[in-house]
Amino acid sequence: MAVVLLPRSLLALFPGVERRHEVDGADVAAVIAALEGRVPGLRDRLVEDGPRLRPHINVFVAGVPADLRTSVGTDDTVHVIPAVSGG
Amino acid sequence: MPTSILLVGTPKGAFILERAADEGGGPDDWAIRGPLCEGWPIHDLIVEPGGGALLAAGGSPWYGPAVWRSEDLGVSWTHSSVGLTFGDDGGTSQEPIKTVWSLAVTPDGAILAGVEPAALFRSEDRGATWSQVTGLTEHESRPTWQPGAGGLILHTIIPHPTDLQRTWVGISAVGVFETLDGGATWEPRNQGVRADFNPDPHPITGQCVHKFAAAAGEPETLYQQNHCGMYRSSDGGLSWTDLTANGLPSQFGFPLVAHPRDPDTFWIIPLNGDDRGRYVPGASAAVWRTQDRGETWIRFGDGLPQQDAYLSVLREAMARDTSEPVGITFGTKTGQLWHSDDDGVNWQLITRDLPEIWAVEALVRD
Repeated sequence: MAVVLLPRSLLALFPGVERRHEVDGADVAAVIAALEGRVPGLRDRLVEDGPRLRPHINVFVAGVPADLRTSVGTDDTVHVIPAVSGG
Repeated sequence: MPTSILLVGTPKGAFILERAADEGGGPDDWAIRGPLCEGWPIHDLIVEPGGGALLAAGGSPWYGPAVWRSEDLGVSWTHSSVGLTFGDDGGTSQEPIKTVWSLAVTPDGAILAGVEPAALFRSEDRGATWSQVTGLTEHESRPTWQPGAGGLILHTIIPHPTDLQRTWVGISAVGVFETLDGGATWEPRNQGVRADFNPDPHPITGQCVHKFAAAAGEPETLYQQNHCGMYRSSDGGLSWTDLTANGLPSQFGFPLVAHPRDPDTFWIIPLNGDDRGRYVPGASAAVWRTQDRGETWIRFGDGLPQQDAYLSVLREAMARDTSEPVGITFGTKTGQLWHSDDDGVNWQLITRDLPEIWAVEALVRD
């Protein structure tokens, strides 16, 4: 199973949810769908109409920038990182 | 002992201020909590009738739009955006929803939410799930809708107090619409309202409504602060009368607050003009009140800075409570929060150090 690491600012929206998750999913969309099963509402925070990742949400699979269609291997680590933006 | 409560929305979260209702208006009397809602930008806050839950409308630049809900006066919050979507094909909009801009509760307890880009959503389950009121965005004028400086936003929602079929909404820079059939169809309500920035200053839609409110106990009487004038309607928005020439210093401003009991009385904060800096006229701060439906006006500046005050007040950043006399509060783009305990006559500074103030709601709770 892939390991997913969620950012602190996302965890704050879902009290009690852990940062690290092990999930099955062939691509980033499937990984997020699996997370949605555990944390209802989480997908809406990461994905907008399209569907596509929200503009200021970065996902990396094995350290490489990814989109929803990017394949995820069983040994991969998936980082979800908010962009450095704001004011 | 009754408690005065102010709900404040800012780009850096919501804040709640409280004090005993019989205390003075000085800054030391108010206790401030925040930032709430995890620091999300919050455009509107309301109190749900009956249960008293707080609702906050917002949108995170990272995590998208949501409506927040608190059952314990802001100590803890949940949020939801289930159904706040135009669908993966984009529906009638070219871009996804950025933020929730406005909230209102209908007489039968449904929650209405206005979003950017402009659309209306409805929740029948206290904000847990939402569905779009598609009749509005299916209006034939939709392809012509253009944003104001604040975006293409549905910023004002006024449900009729007794007729569930009727609701008014305000969209910048599109104008006022009313539904007479529960949201299935909508009709523009802009006759008599100028759009000076348009080659045709009297289009059917395209007016830049900044804020409007219904008179207490008279849902057919509406007051509107527009980009191009101050207006009154006595027929539910079918026609509007320009009140700007009745002694106001400017036709331009954003907030408008109606008295909770007197249909003749409302308050506004004129700004100097859309091309003059958009601050209080002469850099001298004042709230203006009418007690005769906009026929005459009185300027109140006591306690407010009367020189070198380059203050702006946004459309949702003034509120009144239900006290007698009425408590009025407004916040500025530079983070000052001002309060009056006497119908807006005398003013005291509560705090000067909040973020840009986008929204204020006021209430008194036992």
